[in-house]
Amino acid sequence: MGGRDTTLVLLDENGIRCDGRKVDEPRRIMIKAGGLKNADGSAYIEFGDNKILVGVFGPRDVHPKHMSNTDTGILRVRYHMEPFSVTERKNPAPSRREIEISKVIKEALEPAVMLDKFPRTAVDVYIEVLQADGGTRCAALSAASVALADAGIPMRDMVAACAAGKAADTIILDVNNEEDQAGQADMPIGYMPSLEKITLLQLDGILTPAEYKKCVETGIHGCKIVYELQKKALTEKYFGNGEK
Amino acid sequence: MTSTSVIDELKKSQILELLEQGKRVDGRALDEPRKLMIEINAIPKANGSARVRLGDSEVVCGVKIQPDRPFPDMGDKGIFICTAELLPFSHPSVETGPPGPDVIELARVVDRGIRESHMIDLSQLVIAKNKSVVGVFADNVVVDYDGNLFDTCAYAATAAILSSKMPKWEIKDDVPTLVEGGESNVPTTTIPVSVTMGKIGNYIIVDPNGDEWDSMDARITITTDSNGNICALQKGGTGGFTFDEVIKCGEISVKVGSKIREKLKQAKEGGQ
Repeated sequence: MGGRDTTLVLLDENGIRCDGRKVDEPRRIMIKAGGLKNADGSAYIEFGDNKILVGVFGPRDVHPKHMSNTDTGILRVRYHMEPFSVTERKNPAPSRREIEISKVIKEALEPAVMLDKFPRTAVDVYIEVLQADGGTRCAALSAASVALADAGIPMRDMVAACAAGKAADTIILDVNNEEDQAGQADMPIGYMPSLEKITLLQLDGILTPAEYKKCVETGIHGCKIVYELQKKALTEKYFGNGEK
Repeated sequence: MTSTSVIDELKKSQILELLEQGKRVDGRALDEPRKLMIEINAIPKANGSARVRLGDSEVVCGVKIQPDRPFPDMGDKGIFICTAELLPFSHPSVETGPPGPDVIELARVVDRGIRESHMIDLSQLVIAKNKSVVGVFADNVVVDYDGNLFDTCAYAATAAILSSKMPKWEIKDDVPTLVEGGESNVPTTTIPVSVTMGKIGNYIIVDPNGDEWDSMDARITITTDSNGNICALQKGGTGGFTFDEVIKCGEISVKVGSKIREKLKQAKEGGQ
């Protein structure tokens, strides 16, 4: 999304990355459960410089009606980026990229949500990216899980997500925008830590079979860090001293 | 194609029962892809083309090569774009109109596999830096559907690119002008091969056919290059994979992919 900066040093001689992190260190992550008044459930995440808001409605009536399923509830996900979220203004109409990301996030959440308890209904997840800085799909998926839990929808587990990748011939955790643009590989992972199931997995970039294994392991490690923060966000809202 | 009906539920239980005995509905081994048939130069008016049949899924890919303006931040690189479309007669459920999420994902995964492998050396496709570059457009059309369009389209696009003849252009009076007799092969560095695997119950099957596709819990498409490295991956479907399954799928994709790569090479040589 940004221009290519050829002078950028992705990893210096001390093993420090372009934004000052170590190779296995995620960006600063802040998750807040709730926040929206009208949505049935909501969450806000700051994942490095990513700022993403998620609202959930449902289970509720399905419109259009022909989409409803008599056996199970359906999950609908819209991932959308604001025109001002990136360096160059983005056309507000949904792009092919956004449609694909909506689909992979939906498929990543579906194994976690117990939709069969709510036949003929829909659960709608609306993801709005206010500011993007690489790794939005992972941040969005992590926040969407918290928003679904906040809406009180029964879940088997939460889906935590974090990317791993390769830059300067090294496997790194949580790829930022610069590393995505100039790096060698980016692998977003969505993972249900209690059930030990990978529900989102993509890769672009070249990895040897050994690097591939290391990359999946690194990503899962990141997901476990995010998982703790997701639980903390929900605990703070429901058992903390703050609002309700 | 994804709607469940009573028939699908029956099919799924039958497919699962067979898998428990180590068998598949069409008699294949679990890690055995269907018969792959590649016919190159099927569309002589295109710069390169291929008609590929994987089992009963059939795709025609045509490659058009023409001068284009480079992307603003990529003035030193040519353009590669790969698309995929389902023709209305490929399956009764296909409707005309703008593509749905399934088709958009298909096109993007096929494009990504070829792009991320760096199959085409885009730095060799520059006519005049920042002004004019060569664009390679690989358009897939699905003619017949029987599952696993990801691999069928990927093989068609790869075979079509390998068979392409690239015209030569030079800048004259500020416009790219065709140089007669300057044709060459498209500069390629590797042959990417995608292998799509389905998960039904706890079984991983290579190249699911239409019935298996409708019964899958999840799928994974892994593209490998000629060096046996993994260069692109996409998980799909509503189920999940364990860590061990993901690693195993990586190994299968390297092994199965190397055999398919040989077929793609043979198809190219047979056509020259």
